[in-house]
Amino acid sequence: MSWAFTFDVALTALVLGVAIWTLSLRENFGAVVAFAVYGLTLTLVWLRLGAPDVALTEAAIGSGLTGALLLAAAARLRSTEAAIAAESPGGGVRVAAAVLSAIVAGGIVLAVLALPVPAPSLAPNAVADLAATGLGNAVTGVLMAYRAADTLLEKVVVLIAVIAVWSLADSRVWGGRPGPAHRAEPDGALAFLARRLPPLGIVAGVYIAWVGADMPGGAFPGGTIIAAMWLLTIMAGVKDTPPISSRGLRLALTVGPAVFLAVGLCGFFIADAFLAYPVAYAKPLIVLVEVGMVLTIAVSLGLLMAGPPERSGK
Amino acid sequence: MSLVLDIFSIVAICAGAFFFLAGTAGLLRFPDALTRLHALTKADNLGLGLVVLGLLPHVDGVLEGLKLVAIWAAVLLASAIVSQLIARVARRESEPQ
Repeated sequence: MSWAFTFDVALTALVLGVAIWTLSLRENFGAVVAFAVYGLTLTLVWLRLGAPDVALTEAAIGSGLTGALLLAAAARLRSTEAAIAAESPGGGVRVAAAVLSAIVAGGIVLAVLALPVPAPSLAPNAVADLAATGLGNAVTGVLMAYRAADTLLEKVVVLIAVIAVWSLADSRVWGGRPGPAHRAEPDGALAFLARRLPPLGIVAGVYIAWVGADMPGGAFPGGTIIAAMWLLTIMAGVKDTPPISSRGLRLALTVGPAVFLAVGLCGFFIADAFLAYPVAYAKPLIVLVEVGMVLTIAVSLGLLMAGPPERSGK
Repeated sequence: MSLVLDIFSIVAICAGAFFFLAGTAGLLRFPDALTRLHALTKADNLGLGLVVLGLLPHVDGVLEGLKLVAIWAAVLLASAIVSQLIARVARRESEPQ
């Protein structure tokens, strides 16, 4: 039994333990913290599986951003939490839930056990044709070239999510500033961090997005880091959220999908299909799309966290 | 020379792991929020610092080393500020006005 095997068994046990802990907690705040820890242990699993791109995204989105979104939700639900916890489901509901969960879990176990060995993989083909895209990271190749349509739609989904959050706004404050006004001590620790960390964080975010072409990274983890820096300045009261009617904000929200779509449509003329890149210009075009996407991802994730407009923009 | 560097790495990383262990023990055993935070900063600051120090002789090039040190510096900054914020909330909750 090797050290790596022992470590993997321990890691699996840890993931399962944290998952059970997350489910068993009755209180929202604790469950959200446990969920974030669960995301971090999953990050280690992805690293052990040799998928650093997925690990980065899991840490940034699965654990960090989702955890923060759930924390905000838990804070909003605090006033009704006791009443909901007091309502206990009846025996029939519990049995039905247990049976359904067991069927789903059993189905997944059967599907995993039925997988052929070795598992079918397109990875060798993806790596073999990578040179035509000018990229060095096969994951980015899949996201930006082979399956570009999926990535484009993914960005549109995030945009629709922002519109869905905005649609919760009261019509009197439509076009106003999202979220409550944050007031922190102007010389306090949080304001200090909000002034000192963003220069470093923005460079780190841009760097992670930039190296995504050749190494683990990419627009999503990079954009998430930049969004986190923006939210930090908002929560510290250093900078207020912009009114959602702001033209610059709307432009930043749409520039990613718009550039992606424009490049895709150009594919009809300069290459031979929608979202196709001419080989000579594949890398510059992909980088151009990525730059727009980093901006859109950062702004839309920040706005998802900030919530619906609550105050007049004046 | 490489043997000396290896021994240095092993000693530094083991010392770092010890501080993580001590920090975790403190987090579990100490009685209140402030002392638990104190235990946690030992793991974050000294533990991670020693692990980074131990890894430095094995990096490819200066840039990679600088990245490791930058990660440690970012964690130092973030953990110091977050400890401050948590401690402030803990103090506010322990002495009701």
